[in-house]
Amino acid sequence: MGTTLRLLSYLKKYWITASIAYVCLLIGTGIDLYVPQLLRSVIDCAVRGQGGAVKTTCASTPDPLELVRNAALLIVGLTVMKGLFTFGQTYLAEYGAQSTAYDIRNELYRHLQRLSFSWHDRAQSGGLMARATSDVEQLRNFTGRGFLQLAQVICMTVGITVILVVTNWKLALISLLIVPVFLRVTTFYTRTIRPQFRQIQQELSVLAAIVQENLAGNKVVKAFAREPEQIEKFEQQNDYLLNQYLKQARVTSRVNPLMDVLGNFGTVAVLWMGGWLIITGDLTVGQLVAFNTYLLLIIRPVRRLGFLIAQASQANAAADRIFEILDAPVSVEDKPGALPLPPISGHVQFDHVTLSYYGGEKVLDDVTFDAQPGQIVALLGATGSGKTSIVNLVPRFYDVTGGRVLIDGHDVREVQLNSLRTQVGIVLQDTTLFTGTVRDNIAFGVPHATDEHVIAMAKAARAHDFIAGFPEGYDTLVGERGVTLSGGQKQRIAIARALLLDPRILILDDFTSAVDTETEALIREALDVLMRGRTTLVIAQRVSTVLSAHKIVVLERGEIAGMGTHEELLETNPIYAEIYRLQLMDETVKELFHGEELALVGSLSGGNGQHAGNGHDDQREGALNGRSGNGHGRNGRNGR
Amino acid sequence: MIAGAGGPMMWGGGGDWHGGPQAQHTVIDGRVFDPRVMKRLWGYMQPYKMQVLLTVAMVIVSAGMQLLSPYLLKIAIDNYIVAQTDVVGLSVISVIFGLTLIVSYVSMSSQAWAMANVTQRVLNKMRGELFVKINRLPLTYHDQHESGVTMSRIINDVTVFQQLLTNGAINVVTDLLILVGIASIMLALNWKLALLTLSVMPVMIGATIFFTSRARKAYLRTRETIGEVAASFQENVSGVRVVQAFAREEVSQNRFDEINQGNRNANLGAVLLSSAFPPIVEFMGMLATAIVLFFGTMAVMSGDITVGVVVAFLTYVTRFFQPIRELAQVYNLFQQAMAAGEKIFDLLDEPITVDNRPDATELAPIEGRVEFDHVSFSYRGDVPVLKDVSFVAEPGQTIALVGPTGAGKTSIASLLARFYDINEGAILIDGTDTRSVTMESLRRQMGLVPQDPFLFSGTVRDNIRFGRPSATDEEIVDAAKLANTHDFISRLPQGYNTEVNERGQNYSQGQRQLIAFARAVLANPRILILDEATASVDTRTEVLIQAALARLLHGRTSFVIAHRLSTIRNADTVLVVNGGEIVQRGTHRELLSEEGMYKDLYLMQYRREMRQLDAVPEEMATA
Repeated sequence: MGTTLRLLSYLKKYWITASIAYVCLLIGTGIDLYVPQLLRSVIDCAVRGQGGAVKTTCASTPDPLELVRNAALLIVGLTVMKGLFTFGQTYLAEYGAQSTAYDIRNELYRHLQRLSFSWHDRAQSGGLMARATSDVEQLRNFTGRGFLQLAQVICMTVGITVILVVTNWKLALISLLIVPVFLRVTTFYTRTIRPQFRQIQQELSVLAAIVQENLAGNKVVKAFAREPEQIEKFEQQNDYLLNQYLKQARVTSRVNPLMDVLGNFGTVAVLWMGGWLIITGDLTVGQLVAFNTYLLLIIRPVRRLGFLIAQASQANAAADRIFEILDAPVSVEDKPGALPLPPISGHVQFDHVTLSYYGGEKVLDDVTFDAQPGQIVALLGATGSGKTSIVNLVPRFYDVTGGRVLIDGHDVREVQLNSLRTQVGIVLQDTTLFTGTVRDNIAFGVPHATDEHVIAMAKAARAHDFIAGFPEGYDTLVGERGVTLSGGQKQRIAIARALLLDPRILILDDFTSAVDTETEALIREALDVLMRGRTTLVIAQRVSTVLSAHKIVVLERGEIAGMGTHEELLETNPIYAEIYRLQLMDETVKELFHGEELALVGSLSGGNGQHAGNGHDDQREGALNGRSGNGHGRNGRNGR
Repeated sequence: MIAGAGGPMMWGGGGDWHGGPQAQHTVIDGRVFDPRVMKRLWGYMQPYKMQVLLTVAMVIVSAGMQLLSPYLLKIAIDNYIVAQTDVVGLSVISVIFGLTLIVSYVSMSSQAWAMANVTQRVLNKMRGELFVKINRLPLTYHDQHESGVTMSRIINDVTVFQQLLTNGAINVVTDLLILVGIASIMLALNWKLALLTLSVMPVMIGATIFFTSRARKAYLRTRETIGEVAASFQENVSGVRVVQAFAREEVSQNRFDEINQGNRNANLGAVLLSSAFPPIVEFMGMLATAIVLFFGTMAVMSGDITVGVVVAFLTYVTRFFQPIRELAQVYNLFQQAMAAGEKIFDLLDEPITVDNRPDATELAPIEGRVEFDHVSFSYRGDVPVLKDVSFVAEPGQTIALVGPTGAGKTSIASLLARFYDINEGAILIDGTDTRSVTMESLRRQMGLVPQDPFLFSGTVRDNIRFGRPSATDEEIVDAAKLANTHDFISRLPQGYNTEVNERGQNYSQGQRQLIAFARAVLANPRILILDEATASVDTRTEVLIQAALARLLHGRTSFVIAHRLSTIRNADTVLVVNGGEIVQRGTHRELLSEEGMYKDLYLMQYRREMRQLDAVPEEMATA
C-alpha cells in the first residue's frame, strides 16, 4: 500500500491531466451504459410495429418512426462524443504515465550517478538495467492503462449490475452468474500461464546460451571434434523447451476457447430465461436485447480483471525494486558547507588510515605514508593486499573507516567532491570509453577543451598515430556503433583523458594485464611523459615499474610491510625480496639470454652504429648488468 | 506482458492473452508470401499432414458454429417469442444453442492443441537442424558472420514462425471464413439492409490498414528508443567509476535526459495512434448499429423483415470487426515470417565448403610426421595468405612459428587441423593427405591451445574433460597435475566442481591457459597446436605456464606460434613467416648468426627491453 501511495505521488505533478482522464472515463462509461437503453426502445417499437402479441416499452407516441430516427441519430452522436472521451481518457492517462516513467528514469539515473563506489561494487549492472527499462515499463503500463482499466472495470461492473437488477432482478441473477465463473477462469489462467511463460523464457535463454557458447568456442569445438557432444547438449535443451511449450499449449488450448465461449453461454441463459419472461409478460424483447448487450459489455473488462490484478502486483514489485535503489543512501557526498579544494601542489598523506568495506574485515589497517609533490610512489603487493583500496581513497571514492587522507593538508572529506576529483587524474584498470567520438572521450573531464589541446594530449599519450589512422580521425565514433578499439588503444585514450585534466595527482591502476607486450611498451612510453612533475601513485605488477619509483610501499594483507627505495627494500625487506625474486624468474629467460649472448648482441648493434655508439647507453648497460648480477647473487645466498 | 506484448498492435485487447515470447523484428515492408519459404515450411509439416487437416476441419466447424449462433437467436425471437409464444420451442432452440457452443469449444480447443503440437515439433526440428548446420559450417563461414547474427537465426527467427503458425495461419482461415460467412448470411437474410450495413466496411478496412502500418512504425520507434535508453544507462552504470572520477555527473545527466525524452516522445507518438484507433473502430461499429436500427426498424414496420432479423444483424455487426483487425495483424506476421524464413533457409542451404569427402577414411593412429608440400592458401580467393609453403616436422619435434602479425602463422596452424581447405599443394600427416581422411579422426589426434583459451559453461572438471569425454575423474586430476593446473584448481572454493561463468571471465587469462593445457594433456594428441598468449600474466602463473609448457610439448609434434624467447630457443626448428612465405628456417642460434628478418626482429625486441630498464635511473635523476 505504501508503495502504491508513493507511486501515486509521482502522478501528483500531472494531477490535472490525470483528473481530466478520469472525468473522461466516467462520461465515456456513462455513454456506454446508456446506449443499450436506446437499443431497447428502438427494438420494442419495432416489435410493436410488427404487431406481435408481446408487451413492449415503446411509448404509444404518435410516431414511433420518429423515435427510432431520433434514437439512431442519438447513438451516432453519442458515439462521436464517446470516441472523443475515450481518446482523451487513454491519451491523457498515458501522458501522465509516460511522464512519470520519464521522471522516475531520470531520478534513477541521477541517484545511481551519485551512489558511491561501495554501493556499485555490490550492485549488478544487469539488475540495474532491468530497473531502468523493464521495471519502469511495468510501472508505466500500470499507472497508465492498467489503473484506468481497473477503474473502468469497477465503474462498468457496478453500473451494469445496478441497471440489470433494476430491469429484472431474476434475469440479472442468472446472467451475472457467468461473471464469477469468468473471474475464476481468468485467475486460474493468469496463475498457471505466467509461471509457464517465465519458464519458457528461461529455457529459451538457456538454449540461447548454448548456441552463443558454441559459436564463440567454435574453433575449440572443431579442434577437438566435439560436435556430437555439443549437438547432444543442444538437442537435450531443445527437447526440454519443446516440452515446456507443449505444456503451455495444453493449458492455453483448453482455456482460451473457454473464454471465447463462456460469454455465449450467458447469451443462451438470457435467451432462454428472458424468452420465458417475455412470454409471461415480465420482460420486453427490447429489454432482452439490451440485457444481452450489457452482458457482452461486461465480459471484456471482467476478462481483463485477472490480468490487471496480476499486472498490479507486478507493478508493485517493480516499484519496490526501484524505490530500493532510490532509497539507497549516498554515503560519499559533500558535507554541508564544504569548501572547494584550492589548487593543490600535490602532497598526499595517509594518516593512520583504516578501511573496511560494508563493515566487513579490515582491508587497510593503520596505513601511514606520504607522497611529496612530484614524487612517484609505487604500491606493491599480492592481489588483495590493499593496493587498489589505497588509490581509491585519494579521490574519495570511498570514505575511510578510521584515520585521515590529506591532500595539501586538507582532509578529503572536508572539501567539495568535484573540486577534489577534477584535480586527481586516474587511469583505471577498466578503461571504459563512452559512446561518442574519440575527441569526446579524450575531453571527457574537460568538455570544452580545444582541439589543439586534445590532439596535444593524444600525442603525449602515444595515441595520436592510431587515431589519425582512422578514416574520420578524432571524429571516429567509439562504442557500440563505432570502431572496436584494442585494449591497448583504449588504454592510451584513457591516458590522454587523464592527461587533459592536467592533474597534480595522478593515479595509475594496474593496466598492463589487458595488453600485449608491444602495446605495453608504447603505454609505458606514454606514462613516462604523463608522470613527469606530478605526484603519482602507481600500482605495480612488475619490478621494472617499481624501479622508477622514488618510494615503494610494500603491502601485505592491508598493512604496510615495508617502505623505501628498491635498494633499501632489497636489503631489509624479505617480502619485497621474495616478490623481486619471483619477478626476476620471469625475466630470467631474457636476462640469461642477454648475458649469454651479450657479446654477440654487442657486435651486432655495434655494426648498427646506434646502440653501442652511445656512451650514455653503454653506462646504462653496465649498471643494468651489475644490478641483475647483484640480484642473482642474492638469490644464490637465499637458495634453498 | 509489457508494452505491446500482444503484437505490433498496441491495442491488443484480447490479444494480450495470447502473447508468446516477443522478439523484436524490424521488418516494415516486405513480401507477405514467399513461395520458397512456404514450400520449405510445408516440407517440415508434411509428417503431420493428418493433424494439419484435422486443424483445418476444426477451423471450419468452429467458424460455422460462430456464424450459426446469431441465426439461432433470430429463430428464437421470430418463431417462439414474438410472432407466437412457444416455451417448448424456445427451450429446444436454447439447448441447440448450448450444443453449438460445446461443439465450438471442442473444435477450437482441439484445433489450438493440434496446431501448437505441430508447430512446436516443427520448430524443434528446425532449431536442431540449424544447430547441426552451424556446427558443420567451416570456419570461413564463422569468420565472416557475426555470432550474434547467426544466433538470432536459431533463437529469434524461429520464434517468428511460431507466431505465424500458431496464431497467424489459422487466424487467416478463421477470419476469412467468418467475414465471408457473415456477409453471405446478411445478404441472404435481407440484401438491402445487408448492403447498407456493409457500406461502412471499406472505411473500416481503410482505417485499419492506415493505423496498423503507422502504429507498427511508431511501435518500432519506441523499441528503438528504449534500446537507446538501455544502452545509455548501461554505459553509464558500468562506467560510473569513470564518470565520478572525472566529476562528469552533470554532463552525463543531461545527455541521458535527452535520450530519455526521445523515448518519452516516441511513446507519446505511439500512444496518440493507439488512443485514436479504438474510438474510430467503435464509431464505425456504432454507425453500422445505427444503420441497422433505423433502416431495420423501418423494414420491420413495413413488414419486409422480422424483429429477429434486426437482432441477428445487430449481433453480426459486432462480430465483423475483430476479424478485420486480426487480419491486419496477421499481415505483419506474414511479412516478418517470410523475412525470417528466408534467413533461416539461407543458412540451412549454405554450402559446406570444408567437408568430408564421400570416400574419406578414418585416419589410423599417427606417429606425428607433418609435411606441408607446396601449400598455397587464401581465405577468399583474392588475397593469397600462404604462398608455396613447404616444410617437414618429424614426430616429436617442436616447430616455432615467428613473424609479424598477419604474416600467416595462424593460417599454418589452422590448416593443420583442416579448418580451411588449401588451394594448392598438400598437407600430409604420416604421408596421408588430410583431405582424404575424416575430419573427426584427424582432429581427434590433434590438440589446440588458442591464445585466449575458451572455457565453456559448466565446472572446471567439465572443461578439462572436454579434451576426452570418456576420461575418469582420476585421469582429469592427473592431467591437471601434469599441466600445473591442479594447485590452482584445488584452491578454488569448490575445487574441480567450481562453476565457470561467463565464458571463464572470472579466471585470469593465465588460469584459462592452464586449464586449456590440462584439456590438451587429457586429449593426449600426437600433434599439438599452441598459440602462446601475448598478454602478460602475473609472475607466479608465468612460472607455472612455462614449466607446464615444457611438459606439454615433450614427445609430441608441436607447432607453437611463439611469443616467449624460451619457447623459441628450445624449438627444434624456427620458421620465420612473412607475407605468407617462410623467409627463414633453422634453430634460434643458426638464425641469429645470419643476416635477415629474424635478427632484425630480435634486435628490436632487445632494444625495447633495454630502453624500458634504461628509463629508470633517468627518471630518478631528473626528479
